[in-house]
Amino acid sequence: MTTTTRETEIAADPTLPVIRITREFDAPPAKVFRAHTDPELLKQWLGPRGIDMKVDHYDCRTGGSYRFIHISDGEEHGFHGCFHDVRADELIVQTFTWEGLPDGVALERLAFEDLGNGRTRIVGTSLVDSFEARDAILVSGMDTGVREGYERLDELLAG
Amino acid sequence: MVEHARKPAEDDPLNRVFSALADPIRRDMVARLSTADATVNELAEPYAVSLQAVSKHLKVLEDAGLVSRTRDAQRRPVHLEAKVLHLMTKWIERYQRQAEERYRRLDEVLRSMPDDDDLLDPPSRGETK
Repeated sequence: MTTTTRETEIAADPTLPVIRITREFDAPPAKVFRAHTDPELLKQWLGPRGIDMKVDHYDCRTGGSYRFIHISDGEEHGFHGCFHDVRADELIVQTFTWEGLPDGVALERLAFEDLGNGRTRIVGTSLVDSFEARDAILVSGMDTGVREGYERLDELLAG
Repeated sequence: MVEHARKPAEDDPLNRVFSALADPIRRDMVARLSTADATVNELAEPYAVSLQAVSKHLKVLEDAGLVSRTRDAQRRPVHLEAKVLHLMTKWIERYQRQAEERYRRLDEVLRSMPDDDDLLDPPSRGETK
């Protein structure tokens, strides 16, 4: 395990259906920004482990749009949205829809903060349209531990 | 109910907890109960809804296992089951770990990218694992 003092921070706002993710990187904003806009680079890190990511198109500029597909065990999940505002090395504002839930849309804002000395902090905010949707997203991240979680909850509820 | 890649059955415990907390009044009740137990009347005070409506909200929280009420006591104060809330925190931690894994992959990508600006090379930190 690498030592790090800047683990990803997740905050679920109690008053808004928002998830906020904060993380710092040992690279200047220009580089971190490029890793978010160049599909060839994006493919190398965005998809969950064990999932192939196919990029249909990724036109990361103000007014542009994107669509990519995650493939795992022959199952395809499409995601698409458009780029509302893109400011080089500073900001990406985009919509995000998982095509399995075509009426659902999140508004995502990703800010790149220059920390100096070649370091960058990104602050990502994802606004969805209900607390249920937000919580479903939080739960969806726990593939590996889901059974354990259920079992522990069962125990608690039975206790 | 929101559909998602994972579709929990209507009656599964996890779903009940999240559904219970999807309502702003119920979330507020849980927040207030985190400081002290309270009776139904005390809980109902700040809301512009009927006592019956508050009782209904309480029933949902009770069914989800988030609160309990002592049967014998006269006041029957409502008590928050902090362990269940703690479990919610654990789920968020899992989400956090997945995001952290993703960003460690991004760390690798950033390390492998050539410097395309005039910034100095960052000092070598030895082998990455």
